[in-house]
Amino acid sequence: MSTTGRELMPGEAVPVGEIPVVSAAAFRNVVMDRIGRGDWLAALFGHPVNGSVRVTAILACPRFGELRAVAFDPGASYPALTPECLEAHWFERELHEQWGVTPVGHPWLKPVRFTTPGAIPGVTDYFAVAGEEVHEVAVGPVHAGIIEPGHFRFQCHGEDVLHLEISLGYQHRGVERALVGGPNARTIHYLETLSGDASAGHATAGAEVLESLAGVRPSDRSLALRAVGLELERMANHTGDLGALAGDVAFLPTASYCGRLRGEFLNMTAMICGSRLGRGLVRPGGVGFDVTAELVRDLLGRLDPAMREFTDSVRLLFESPSVVARFEHLGTLTRHEAVKMGLVGPAARASGVARDVRSDFPSGAYRWIPVLLALKESGDVMARARVRWQEVHQAASFVRQVLSRLPEGEPWRPVRGLQPGRLAVSLVEGWRGAICHVALTGDEGRIAAYKVVDPSFHNWFGLARAMRRQQISDFPVCNKSFNLSYCGHDL
Amino acid sequence: MTLLASAFVYLAGLVLAPGLPGIVNRVKAAMAGRKGVPTLQLYADLAKLLRKGAVYSRTTTWVFRFGPVAGLAAVLVALALVPAGGVAAPVSFSGDLILFAGLFAVMRMATMLAALDTGSSFEGMGASREAAFAVFAEPALLVALAAIVRVTDSLSLSGAAAAAGSGLWGHAAAPVSLACAALFVVLLAENARVPVDDPNTHLELTMIHEVMVLDHGGPDFALIQYASALKLWAGSALIVSLLPCRTGNPWIDPVIFLAGMAGAGVLVGLVESFLARLKMSRVPHMLVGAMALAILALVMGRTGRG
Repeated sequence: MSTTGRELMPGEAVPVGEIPVVSAAAFRNVVMDRIGRGDWLAALFGHPVNGSVRVTAILACPRFGELRAVAFDPGASYPALTPECLEAHWFERELHEQWGVTPVGHPWLKPVRFTTPGAIPGVTDYFAVAGEEVHEVAVGPVHAGIIEPGHFRFQCHGEDVLHLEISLGYQHRGVERALVGGPNARTIHYLETLSGDASAGHATAGAEVLESLAGVRPSDRSLALRAVGLELERMANHTGDLGALAGDVAFLPTASYCGRLRGEFLNMTAMICGSRLGRGLVRPGGVGFDVTAELVRDLLGRLDPAMREFTDSVRLLFESPSVVARFEHLGTLTRHEAVKMGLVGPAARASGVARDVRSDFPSGAYRWIPVLLALKESGDVMARARVRWQEVHQAASFVRQVLSRLPEGEPWRPVRGLQPGRLAVSLVEGWRGAICHVALTGDEGRIAAYKVVDPSFHNWFGLARAMRRQQISDFPVCNKSFNLSYCGHDL
Repeated sequence: MTLLASAFVYLAGLVLAPGLPGIVNRVKAAMAGRKGVPTLQLYADLAKLLRKGAVYSRTTTWVFRFGPVAGLAAVLVALALVPAGGVAAPVSFSGDLILFAGLFAVMRMATMLAALDTGSSFEGMGASREAAFAVFAEPALLVALAAIVRVTDSLSLSGAAAAAGSGLWGHAAAPVSLACAALFVVLLAENARVPVDDPNTHLELTMIHEVMVLDHGGPDFALIQYASALKLWAGSALIVSLLPCRTGNPWIDPVIFLAGMAGAGVLVGLVESFLARLKMSRVPHMLVGAMALAILALVMGRTGRG
């Protein structure tokens, strides 16, 4: 059997039997070899096979736009990958928690979501710095304002943060388990609400997995409309975050205007599908709503004035010296660190890591209309803000191009039974970064295992790292520049 | 008669002070293109808070309850030292400006002790920041006041204001305006305004003043809010009284004074609209800058008369 893993394309359903099951040592060699060649770990997860657990890794190779799947049966324990492969850190903790498999030699084997019986979220050993002058600040899980719950432990020396530890799991709903046995009427709703602000992203990823398992190819028209939904989602969220970044440094004009402009983009999504958060837009087999020529004209008519206001309002942000002084050299992650930790999305691109699913693994409308990579080098809050600013502009021009030459076709094709015994992977560049969905079907053509990797899963550790040696009062700005999902992580 | 006028001006200050943050908020809302809260919102908030009950953590002691009362008492006395609208302050004596600065320190100490009494790491952090910045704000305030003493030859605030109304700006405009600029920066810092603090933030980790009063509720919080409004009023009144806008007419001067106070509110609002908050480690730089202005005013005052 091949020891380099099974190559597959995103959106390809491969027979599970073709994925090589190798020894732990061979598995490790494949992963380390591929990471060394510039691949990144898209997923590393356990799933049950004949009563025991099998671990499958999905490696993404951006150079060739292909994926690689390799599996092994760990038994009760295996030598951890993390000491040599830092991006496996969170995955192996998850593996340990979900399946009781011990990665021996893992430096920090703690719960990820507190899902084992008797575990209480947040109740665990925290890394602590000892010393007379060191103090600990605990924030959350209940926060001021309407945000999700998460617990943050800062080890501080005066105003300086020596270490930040982030403990999540308060939002765990068991979505992955609920998807097993599907697809059914509930499936798409679970997918849309994996992370509420990334509905289009997760629904697209889920739909692509189901379509490839069913062997259905949606019409070009529906793929184009999905991409429009995805880019509008990106624009709304990036705009909202740029406004929130301004708000956190008390820079009023941009905070207020971006708050309103976010609504403009959300409303455009609502004009297509009736939901500001894009619920109901993406359906397995296509889209739930078609657009008329009149609606397209209306959408294009709204896009330009909104973008003009966005440009003015955010330019003011970047041109104010008092703001620039706050954003620059804050929460810096070097390119080396970002690659090591396997960051994705704007956070990775702000550190100079050229990683974007839309250009590396293009699917749907991104195959006809390429998206330029928004890349910055400095890795600080300013770079993350700049990447988002650039991405909003590119998304606007993408939406303009797609809508002005929308292909003809039916909006939806029926998706009937899934092929049994297959594995399919989809990769979608949501606004936070790469969303990866993996589904395995059982013998009856039902979903036997479903794995969701939200970009936040890769990036939370990056935020913790970025806060080292920063001032604790700068945490909110730094946090907002990442704006990671709690429920997307907790599933 | 003079005493009656002074008492009236003092009482007017007590009544009008909660309107000043309202003006600041109106300006901020207008600049941001928002409708904003009503100008008189703080009055409604105070009325609401006074009707509420209070909850006290078991960790806290009498120090916690004493904080808001002591803070309000200190600022009530401080306000009695400030002249307004061409009228001398109700209380005025040689050296009262030292007491004025001292009362601000008393208010700060009361708030900080109450914050530390809760045992919360947030509130301790806020108290530590407040103390750290006070180290820079207090000397700037005292030196600015010293500069004013030098040019006016008066050791009381009322005397200084009287001098400012009678030709002081003719021969010492530069030092007085520098001192006023320094006082304005101190005013922003003392009153927890942007760019030092953000009165509107909900982010505990970035707060200075707000975080120290997180545990206070109901009537206690009303006292704190009211004391903050009075502090802003007292600080602004001091600066406005030093400006050369006096006619000597007892009917017109109060109107000019009120316009000046509204102008101070607008100025604070504009600063908050166009400036982002400073990085916390940069706040001392700004206060040292204010101190430099004050020292310059002090030095100039002497050469000016030479």
